[in-house]
Amino acid sequence: MKKTYLGTISALALMTTGGMAFADAHSGPLKVGILVTLEGTYAVPGEDGVRGIKLAMEQAGNMAGGREIELTTVSTDTTPDSAVRGARKLVEQDGVDIVIGPLSGSEGIAIRDYSKTQPDVTFINGISGAQEATYVDPSENFFRYNMEGAQWSAGLGDYVVNEKGYKTVATIGEDYSFIYTQVLGFAIGFCQAGGEITERFWVPLGTKDFGSIIASLPDDVDAIYLGLGGGDAVNFLNQYQQAGGEANLIGGTIMVDGTVLNSKGSAKDALIGVPSSGPQADTYDGEKWVAYVDAYKEMFPDGFPTPSLFATGYYNSTNAMLQCVEQVGGNLGEGQADFRDCLKNLQLDAPNGMITLDENRQAIGTNFITEVQEQPDGTLANNVVNVVDGVDQRLGLSKEAFDAIGLPSRDAPECKTSY
Amino acid sequence: MVAIDSPRTTTTDLRRRIASVPPAYWVLGILLLIIPAFASDFVMFQIMGWTFILGLIALSLMFLGGYGGMVSLAQMAFAGFAGYMVAIFGDSAISGISQGWPWWIVIPLALFLTVIFATAVGWLAVRTEGIYTIMITLAIAAAFFYFTRQNYELFNGFQGFNSVLPPELFGIDWRGPEAFYYLTMFWAVTGFGAVLYVSRAPFGLALQGVRDNPRRMAALGYNVTAHRVAAYAFAAVIAGIGGILLTWQSAQISPGTVGIQSAIDILVIAVIGGLRHPIGAFIGAFIFVLLKTFAVDVLIALGLGGERFQLLIGMGFLIIVFFSPDGLLGLWEKLKASRRRDPLTGGQR
Repeated sequence: MKKTYLGTISALALMTTGGMAFADAHSGPLKVGILVTLEGTYAVPGEDGVRGIKLAMEQAGNMAGGREIELTTVSTDTTPDSAVRGARKLVEQDGVDIVIGPLSGSEGIAIRDYSKTQPDVTFINGISGAQEATYVDPSENFFRYNMEGAQWSAGLGDYVVNEKGYKTVATIGEDYSFIYTQVLGFAIGFCQAGGEITERFWVPLGTKDFGSIIASLPDDVDAIYLGLGGGDAVNFLNQYQQAGGEANLIGGTIMVDGTVLNSKGSAKDALIGVPSSGPQADTYDGEKWVAYVDAYKEMFPDGFPTPSLFATGYYNSTNAMLQCVEQVGGNLGEGQADFRDCLKNLQLDAPNGMITLDENRQAIGTNFITEVQEQPDGTLANNVVNVVDGVDQRLGLSKEAFDAIGLPSRDAPECKTSY
Repeated sequence: MVAIDSPRTTTTDLRRRIASVPPAYWVLGILLLIIPAFASDFVMFQIMGWTFILGLIALSLMFLGGYGGMVSLAQMAFAGFAGYMVAIFGDSAISGISQGWPWWIVIPLALFLTVIFATAVGWLAVRTEGIYTIMITLAIAAAFFYFTRQNYELFNGFQGFNSVLPPELFGIDWRGPEAFYYLTMFWAVTGFGAVLYVSRAPFGLALQGVRDNPRRMAALGYNVTAHRVAAYAFAAVIAGIGGILLTWQSAQISPGTVGIQSAIDILVIAVIGGLRHPIGAFIGAFIFVLLKTFAVDVLIALGLGGERFQLLIGMGFLIIVFFSPDGLLGLWEKLKASRRRDPLTGGQR
């Protein structure tokens, strides 16, 4: 019995010292927390995000404003629960001053809410792209240097009407908020340019069998907009080809990314000539972009052939943080006020174009319209056909007009020639 | 261990009962009460709060598995269901769906509906045995996950509900670290006590009889099916409380919360803790939370890449199950038994 007590008491003592160690002081190097997805479906893009951070840190020599930067990484699994848990650990346990992340849309909304309860910490979004994160109830200390789903569609609608001559379009999209937002961005441009969306189909994420959708596709439309990603996109293209489909296609941002273009089989051939849009383009010949891609390839020979938009997102956020820490000389100021002032007014000369923030601390940036082209070596790549500068979150509409559209959903926005 | 119930409770009886509470319980109880004096907010809210919540949900599985012999993977679905009900009938940021009713209607209603849901599932599942019970409950967990993800009218699809907060009762913010710590601890202790009590009450004893030999129990005149279904209903109350607390802790509920992964996490917690005794669920939850939270740091401290932290978590679980199929509780029992045995004669000391 005595031994049992001894055991209990030593366990108690251990726990007490452990508890003491948790109280941590804010001194020494600048502590920065990284919130990134390293498990589940998005683990591979998440790892590329980490490459973006490493690249930015390496280029700055792990220093900013005379202070060493100490990174702490926490993994999430794209659910909002895990994001808030990870952020809590970084802020309350590791005592970081700045958090960079998260990766996915609904995580971003959860982190925005959490950031309101931690006014002394600055949150810089990684690459999460939900519109609500900055447009609805924005948080004073949540900054986003990447554009979101609707902005990534900016200019595409106009391009397909005026250059491709598509007047009527049906949309097929995965049934969740990111695609709603993408369709919203596309529809606003497309309908204003005089196009008409005849039907919208929504399929659950992870759909394997598109037979019923393909059968009900209308024949009398000029083109079909595809808001699908990864395996869903490949499945759709396969089945669409087998069914003898020959309509023109328009791709959402994740429809024509590397995963689909590099897939095996002939399904992807249906994508040749397909216009699409996004915040970066692999074959863009901007000077900063080329330098960035070269640096990435040199540092990560076993990374992707070109940095994914996840790497670019985290790279830009880390750079924004580093530049502002440099500007305030490593002293973040009372309640980080100086640092946040700098973040708000920063003109980030990013590889994918100039980025500034609006009054909600949301990025205004550059969007790229691309077309899939067959390269001389038989592979497919996105070719830049148009560059749209200064894309803001309201896509050029007034606040009243944009609010009147409502949050993106299955049937919002309506297709109108003016908003 | 608490003494076996006697028919009457008098003061001397009560005193004897208090005296019979094992000292380890006192130490643990006092330790749990004074943790807020020295632990950080993070430890209280995140580590301990999450431990109690996951422990409660695992406890409901431990009750079904340990006493009823039915391993149910649907416990996380029941917990999530209760959380969803609170979000739907109570308050959240999704004002189009949330009804905003007062908490004293919402919480009992949520638990009541959870019990009905679980009873229906139980009624279906108890007709199967062993691996088929696991399969049918896994199917229900998966179906519930996909249903919440695709139903927009009621469950708000992929996004779920955010800003689901506990009521400000007695002017206390129940999501504050201390308040939430005590709130979750209270329910964890209540759940623990309830399971311990039921396990020694006639119902629990009959349930254990059903587990060991259903045919004999049926011959003795016990309704085997009814006992098993009732066990599901009772376990659902515990899981439901855990689910509501979980929803309050992360202030949101979405399909990700009730995914297959979380259902399996609950099974892992119950197994590494051990299914023999209710405390196993909480021990398992504590270890699970520590591994989930600090595995990345351990790897980085060892100079390895943080990306492979899942490997460390998996190995931790594997080692526990390898050395003791009964989980940590089994390890503890083994240790006790080996210390009691005389190394020379092999007999009892």
